[in-house]
Amino acid sequence: MPVIEYIEAIRSAMKEEMERDSRVFVLGEDVGLKGGVFTTTKGLQEQFGELRALDTPLSESAIAGVAIGAAMAGLRPIAEMQYSDFMFPATNQIISEAAKIRYRSNNDWDCPVVIRAPIGGGVFGGLYHSQCPESVFFGTPGLKIVAPATAYDAKGLLISAIRDPDPVLFFEHKKCYRLISDEVPEGEYTVPIGKSRVMREGDDITVIGYSLPLHFAMEAAAELAREEGVEAHILDLRTLQPLDREGILEAASRTGKVLIVHEDNKTGGIGAEVAAIIAEELLYDLDAPIRRLCGPDVPAMPINPPGEKHFMLNKEKLKTAMLELARY
Amino acid sequence: MTQTGAVRQQSRHAALGLTDRQVIEMYETMMRARRFDERCLLLQRAGKVNFHISGIGQEPSQVAMAFAMDFEKDWFLPYYRDYAFVLTVGMTLKELFLSLFAKAEDPNSAGRQMPGHFGCKRLRIVTGSSPVTTQVPHAVGFAYAAKLRGESSVAYVSFGEGSSNQGDFHEGCNFAGVHKLPVIFVCENNGYAISVPLSKQTAGRISDRAIGYGFPGVRVDGNDPLEVYRVMKEAHERALNGEGPTLIEVMSYRLSPHSTSDNDLAYRTKEEVEAHRKKDGIPAFRNYLTEAGLWNEERENELQARIRKELDEAQAYAERAPFQSVEDAFRYVYAEEPSSGEGR
Repeated sequence: MPVIEYIEAIRSAMKEEMERDSRVFVLGEDVGLKGGVFTTTKGLQEQFGELRALDTPLSESAIAGVAIGAAMAGLRPIAEMQYSDFMFPATNQIISEAAKIRYRSNNDWDCPVVIRAPIGGGVFGGLYHSQCPESVFFGTPGLKIVAPATAYDAKGLLISAIRDPDPVLFFEHKKCYRLISDEVPEGEYTVPIGKSRVMREGDDITVIGYSLPLHFAMEAAAELAREEGVEAHILDLRTLQPLDREGILEAASRTGKVLIVHEDNKTGGIGAEVAAIIAEELLYDLDAPIRRLCGPDVPAMPINPPGEKHFMLNKEKLKTAMLELARY
Repeated sequence: MTQTGAVRQQSRHAALGLTDRQVIEMYETMMRARRFDERCLLLQRAGKVNFHISGIGQEPSQVAMAFAMDFEKDWFLPYYRDYAFVLTVGMTLKELFLSLFAKAEDPNSAGRQMPGHFGCKRLRIVTGSSPVTTQVPHAVGFAYAAKLRGESSVAYVSFGEGSSNQGDFHEGCNFAGVHKLPVIFVCENNGYAISVPLSKQTAGRISDRAIGYGFPGVRVDGNDPLEVYRVMKEAHERALNGEGPTLIEVMSYRLSPHSTSDNDLAYRTKEEVEAHRKKDGIPAFRNYLTEAGLWNEERENELQARIRKELDEAQAYAERAPFQSVEDAFRYVYAEEPSSGEGR
């Protein structure tokens, strides 16, 4: 199987779905002629024309709102928010509109829109090019939210999102774009929304997370196995909404020691819900208190290198937290 | 609507391509909407329903606008006072009462949403919400879909003058202007956003905003339905010819309080309301029809009796109809059928 970059996986998912289905089109700032500020949509306008790879005005609520309208009209829009930090003007469209269209019309209307947004830091983006906005949208019924960590999942989940009959927020980590490469099949495949995946099996501790920090967990786990004989079981949530309850409970009960990791800040994050699910179902099966390793509760990360490094998770932070939990 | 005169010349409506039958239907529909609206206010005062939001005073322009649209091909994104508009495009009194009473059979939302929150795919009416003006970018999306698929379809979207200060109005207009999309933006300027008068909403003319987005903006007297029809028809033709959007500012007056939860005399006087009631477009249109020899006392009495009967029957049906069961009340958060991504 060919090994491709995470960004290429996203690009090829869009390209292949646009080839397969004439209802699919992309819209956003700089997505057309330039092919996106990260080159995620590179080549799409050349292949599919201006109407299907549309450069929009700098206007996030319109990008989301027009996409929602086009989705209700029967198209399959992929709206790009250039940075997730800039999607807040579209929040009303996403939460008040996309999420509620099917429910409020008693299933008469639907809204099969995908909204892609790069999340996360580690690229010297400062406060407003580094945020993780998952918790703003998490817990809004009617939305689905995915956040892949690998190229394989990025492609398979994006194809599933495009084909999904309901609105899907697709949070891609910008640091993963070129940092992460893995095997992706040549032919068509999908990754189901709502299913987590075991990245690594182990019997000592369980790490549950999503997106970039999982790679730090994998590196830390390899070292801990070698140096300390600690075997970590690592679960990639992949879908944040709906959460894979069964997958979470199975992974937690495997070791009885759970560490939840994400880059979004700790308070009110996805980890709080994951911890609550485990506590509701498995409290007396645990051998240690549930732990969370997350971004700090500050507004966002600074651009200066020491500040950014201090904010971001990394292999060392993961290793320390995982070892502590193993020794509990 | 006053220049009929003794000289036998083509009537105003005939000059616009409207038949005698059509203008009579227009009158009947605005009257039906008015009587429906009055009935809703009564039902709320009687404690039979919890809430009503009225469109009284705006019916003539709403009917006229709908008459300029193509019910088979166009898309409609009305706002919450557009009862006369949705009645014209085919929603029935029974359906409106089902919505008022929040009953399961209500095609708009199965009694989930407040009344006035229209939506009915069968009639090409797109589901709407309460946060105002979110429908404007949606209409642009429908227009974009028409362009992408090469369909002859125009999107109608309406909103109040207060709403026109929301970002979504500006973002939607700008987007549609850039891509010359077939959409008609209609600001139903009724003078008030709840208690705040137009003078405190904007220092300029709303229709002038179109200039900034590169398409025509027209202000029209909402009490003159034939002029509204003319302006709307022109906008519709522009849209179909690929000439892009039009912004139409329909000047009217909200004769009712904002909603049944509002005491309007806290911020305006009876005299002001009465002065505007004298300019009501419905009796003026009746005079027009009478002068054109299309209407008389007898026909009026027959119409009133007929509407009363329609209202009584529709209301009785809706009152008796069941609410959505609690088992069904929380369905359709997501699609229930697994979808292959095909279909539609």
